[in-house]
Amino acid sequence: MRKITTRWGLAAAAVVAATVLLAGCSTATTTGGTTQAVPKVPMLKKLGAGEGQLNLIAWAGYAEDGTNDKTVDWVHPFEQQTGCQVHTTIGNTSDEMVQLMRSGQYDGVSASGDATLRLVYGGDVAPVNTSLVPNYATISDFLKKKSWNSVGGQMYGIPHGWGANLLMYNPSVVSPAPTSWSAVFDKSGPYAGKVTAYDSPIYIADAALYLMKTQPSLGIKDPYALTSKQLAAAVTLLKAQSKNVGEYWSDYTKEVQAFESGTTVIGTTWQVIANLVQSDAKVKVDTVLPSEGATGWSDTWMVSAKAKHPNCMYEWMNWITSPKVNAQVAEWFGEAPAQTLACDQTSDKNFCTTYHALDASYAAQIHYWTTPQKDCVDGSGKSDCTTYTQWVNAWQQIKG
Amino acid sequence: MNARWLRLTALLSIPMLWLVVLYLGSIAVLLVSAFWSLDGFTGRVVQVYTLGNLQQLFVDPLYGTVALRTIGVALAVTVIDAVIAIPIALFMSKVAQPVARTALVVAVTTPLWASYLVKAYAWRVLLAPNGPVAWMTGGHSPGYGLAATIITLSFLWLPYMIIPVFAGFDRVPDSLFEASFDLGAGAWRTLRSVVLPLVFPAVAAGSIFTFSLTLGDYIAVGIVGGKTQLMANVIYGQLVTANDQPMAAALSLIPLAAIILYLLAMRRTGALENV
Repeated sequence: MRKITTRWGLAAAAVVAATVLLAGCSTATTTGGTTQAVPKVPMLKKLGAGEGQLNLIAWAGYAEDGTNDKTVDWVHPFEQQTGCQVHTTIGNTSDEMVQLMRSGQYDGVSASGDATLRLVYGGDVAPVNTSLVPNYATISDFLKKKSWNSVGGQMYGIPHGWGANLLMYNPSVVSPAPTSWSAVFDKSGPYAGKVTAYDSPIYIADAALYLMKTQPSLGIKDPYALTSKQLAAAVTLLKAQSKNVGEYWSDYTKEVQAFESGTTVIGTTWQVIANLVQSDAKVKVDTVLPSEGATGWSDTWMVSAKAKHPNCMYEWMNWITSPKVNAQVAEWFGEAPAQTLACDQTSDKNFCTTYHALDASYAAQIHYWTTPQKDCVDGSGKSDCTTYTQWVNAWQQIKG
Repeated sequence: MNARWLRLTALLSIPMLWLVVLYLGSIAVLLVSAFWSLDGFTGRVVQVYTLGNLQQLFVDPLYGTVALRTIGVALAVTVIDAVIAIPIALFMSKVAQPVARTALVVAVTTPLWASYLVKAYAWRVLLAPNGPVAWMTGGHSPGYGLAATIITLSFLWLPYMIIPVFAGFDRVPDSLFEASFDLGAGAWRTLRSVVLPLVFPAVAAGSIFTFSLTLGDYIAVGIVGGKTQLMANVIYGQLVTANDQPMAAALSLIPLAAIILYLLAMRRTGALENV
């Protein structure tokens, strides 16, 4: 007994000593203050030879090497052509991607708009020299120099593709076919326990978009610019929804499995998930773009500030936005390609029409994922909006 | 004398380095960062001393609810594992023939060879509303939720309970059983008054594994827990989703405190002295 006490005492003393030591160090390196200046990160000036390796963080379906479907493979041809061996890590959420990028072990990422600015302002990504990416020239103009992929006119990445978050349902259970997001909010009662939702704070924007259309008195102008009161209204709606939710999904395989096993019959999805369920052919699912419009994504390939293989990353950005490959990715993932010339290369000739790939006015109607900030992102110039941290806390409250 | 010291130092330096620098060091970093805060926009840690995070733990009812739920799950898993492990270990140690005993030890430890994820997903399939459990019980599957989490975690950590308890039974001499029977005690009385007090330290040792492993789990609950969140999910959420390391560190103090209290409680029973 005596010996044990001494040992515990020593351990405690060691922890305290180390704490004091670290606290001492930390005060010396305190930076403090909250500035919103973009950290200076050098841009690549000249393209050199490939480094032989490339470490990517990508959304599921963006870097296919034939493991999911033998015919879907644009990684191996890239490796053969450039000699850059690709190692892909799938990011399930934007937050996970930001976290992975901060580790500094990756060369690049396919970042959505709710991650891009956090990466830029965090100094985790480098500005992109678009003149080193020949395919950039023919990318849709309405994707260039946007608030989510550039700062002060300097591009921080190469646009990849965009699309809307859809409502997926199992038509043998859900009938009549839903046309409104109300099927997962106020009118989700009939499917209690079999509703799903995306397990990320950014899903709050889906509720905000629904409220924007159904409760104009709240005065929501942009689902990513919410005052405390508007956020509270969205939280109330989501807490009510939570009673009917069986499971949330963040991992796309979980949603695939949940629909196939019948534990989930309706909920928000990406087209690629619907495609995977359809190709497994265990259950039939349909997707719809509800009448309220939808939140969506516009993804950008970004280069890490600490990239060990920057030349391979530039090669990759040029490869993935080349007409043929961009068409392949877009068709596999189910999104509009960023590359205008990709529309001539799709196997389905109507693909770009279906996805409104070249339609700037349609693209403007989707509410792209954006990081909520104190300075409202709706362009009103106000700064009474809730921050992403508040959204995260709200999301944990909703799940309870 | 000097040479002996040198040898001892050489022998202990690496484990001590590991213990002090890596293990205690990382806990210290954790403790320190709990007092820092986060720059809301860039998500960078601001290294200025603040008590805000710790305050938040008490102000926000969410954390209390989740902490209680987590400790409840950990206790339930521990009790279930102990109840299952004691008869199995008793059988393995005192009843089974040598060959059968070896086979049982192998059988108990085999699941440890399989990947954690495979086992968790296997339970997801088993517990599905139309899955095998529902089919066998006539539709009485617990479905995904808290109960499913407890079942899955009990399964995952069972070997960590059985092995120490088996070793504990093995150390009880057969002669004590015979003496108890000779003095007129029945099987139940022997078990209660002779065997259980002697194997209690082993059960306590196993319970430390089951309790602490459950406190830290966030994957199984994500797979079979439906929308349930445990402490580790909230910590993961703050760390990965919000990228708020200081808040995550502050939240980690809850399971840390729970484990220390549990160890102290176990020490009071005297269980740790014979492990």
